[in-house]
Amino acid sequence: MSLLRVDDLSVAFGRVRVVDGVSFTVDRGRTLGIVGESGSGKSVSTLAIMGLLRGASVTGSVTFDGEELVGAPEGRLRSLRGARMSMIFQDPLSSLHPFYTVGEQIAEAYRLHKKASRKAAHERAVEMLGEVGIPAPRRRAREHPHRFSGGMRQRVMIAMALACEPDLLIADEPTTALDVTVQAQILELIQRLQSEYGLGIIMITHDLGVVARIADDVLVMYGGRAAERAASARVFDDPRHPYTQGLLASVPGLGRGIEGSGGGRLRAIPGSPPSPSAFPPGCRFHPRCSVALDICATEQPALLGTVRQVACHREGEM
Amino acid sequence: MIVYALRRLAAIALILLVICAITFAIFYLLPDDPALDACGKSCTTERLADVRHAMGLDQPVLAQFVSYLTGIFAGRTLGTSGLECAAPCFGYSWQYASPVWDLLLDRLGVSASLAAGAAVLWLVVGVVLGIMAALRKGSLLDRGIVLSALATTSAPVYLIAALLIYFVILQGELLPFPDYQPVLDNPAAWAASLLLPWITLAALYAAMYIRLTRASMIETMAEPYIRTARAKGLPERTVVVKHGLRSTMTPILTIFGIDLGGLLAGAMITETMFGLPGLGKLTFDAIGKSDQPVVLGVTLLAALFITLANLVVDLLYGVIDPRVRYT
Repeated sequence: MSLLRVDDLSVAFGRVRVVDGVSFTVDRGRTLGIVGESGSGKSVSTLAIMGLLRGASVTGSVTFDGEELVGAPEGRLRSLRGARMSMIFQDPLSSLHPFYTVGEQIAEAYRLHKKASRKAAHERAVEMLGEVGIPAPRRRAREHPHRFSGGMRQRVMIAMALACEPDLLIADEPTTALDVTVQAQILELIQRLQSEYGLGIIMITHDLGVVARIADDVLVMYGGRAAERAASARVFDDPRHPYTQGLLASVPGLGRGIEGSGGGRLRAIPGSPPSPSAFPPGCRFHPRCSVALDICATEQPALLGTVRQVACHREGEM
Repeated sequence: MIVYALRRLAAIALILLVICAITFAIFYLLPDDPALDACGKSCTTERLADVRHAMGLDQPVLAQFVSYLTGIFAGRTLGTSGLECAAPCFGYSWQYASPVWDLLLDRLGVSASLAAGAAVLWLVVGVVLGIMAALRKGSLLDRGIVLSALATTSAPVYLIAALLIYFVILQGELLPFPDYQPVLDNPAAWAASLLLPWITLAALYAAMYIRLTRASMIETMAEPYIRTARAKGLPERTVVVKHGLRSTMTPILTIFGIDLGGLLAGAMITETMFGLPGLGKLTFDAIGKSDQPVVLGVTLLAALFITLANLVVDLLYGVIDPRVRYT
């Protein structure tokens, strides 16, 4: 049984449907990379899983360890959040409370979920800071977030997320705000902790380099829908959806599976991503697609396939 | 931090000196002649000159200013009248036949009682309603609170005071007309005499604090660290109180310090409407009678309170926000 199974998940704010029928699974010890541009619905999907979307209507099914979360009472979701599923965010400085020490902030969830004493929770915070590679953790636990560097802050976030030993970690662009060298360290840390704790991970990113490095499976999202979903190696070696191909061709050194890209010029995808309030009809990518047919403007392509799924009318001929 | 506080105190002294000079200059330029008032109705030119001489008004303005400043620290004799004014001497009110400092001390208790009671009231009402409105943003409750706050802010303070006097004292006969008693003499009479003034003053400020708190709370609750707190699985109450409120209160504290500092030097309209013998009433009367030493004294006292309140607020910042460093 998968740790997390998401089926036909849709999220709407009022009449604007920002996520439309997305499905995926995450297994223990595995990493799913969700890739897409801003507004593709990748963050919203995961916030919906955590039950952190306020004022949105969420439909479909999210089963976590066999338990249905869509429509579950808020109290139940709260007891899972921070305890069995955790989340880290893009900007670790603004995601940490400026007025409390990092030790207090890490200890907070542990005290709540494990019913631990203040002292035991503080010990746990110190232990976690050491675990994520922060030197002199006992002293650093008593300092405030503004005294830490960007990479160290993200380590604090990770320590906070993992203090209760969750089963699922959702990482929403955890390395986007960091220097390249620090990015690599954070990814290494996440991978080490994954094998240590057997974590299932959802890694949200627009950085294909990050996905290539740590994801086992990849879900490519465009305009609130799944465009392509397959094992990571397949997506990178043989991308099928024109959007995925475009993404890979626009990154240096990654587009090895695409004609005319290896060593040649980088190609940008023309146009810009659609706004959720004005998604185009049919295939949402068709206005920017170089191989679009007439049917693409009118009919939404189904996500078809078994080992690899692609939502494209021209799948099979390309 | 001590060095910082000392530097700020030095700056405050400088600010007060400048304010003192400006106020002094304004009075010198006014066509009003205090000697003419003191001289009385059947005033002759010779008698006026004598009075001016006795009051020290025939001295050059700079000499008068220097002697005023010296008086604050060392006390002085007023003109040639032989009147002794002990330090701290803020001049002598010919209207009240009393040193200004004694008048200020006498009236301060009333204004401080009024300001403190009203501050507690408006802080509680303003912050609580502001938070309720922010947490239910867009709801009927929120709109109701915002609308009443807006209406109250638009109402002039003398209207609120007049309505309270009419309905509570004259029509309802629920309270006697305020007859101020010092709190130590008779606490019950003290509270009874201040209840309506408190409500009047608090209504005005509470309306502002509701809008301020609401805006600040809405901003705070949209911060990423609030999302982090929710992602930890904390109950919403903890998210609001522990993670939201502390950040929300920071801007409110700033305004509160300045408001309270200003009010300590008297709420002119409220005190006058209710006949409370505070600094505001004193100022109001002094302006009407061009009692310049009193106006000057109250102005300096108000400036002192506001600058000190600002300093206290800035020092408190360091307690609330660990990122604040005093350099």
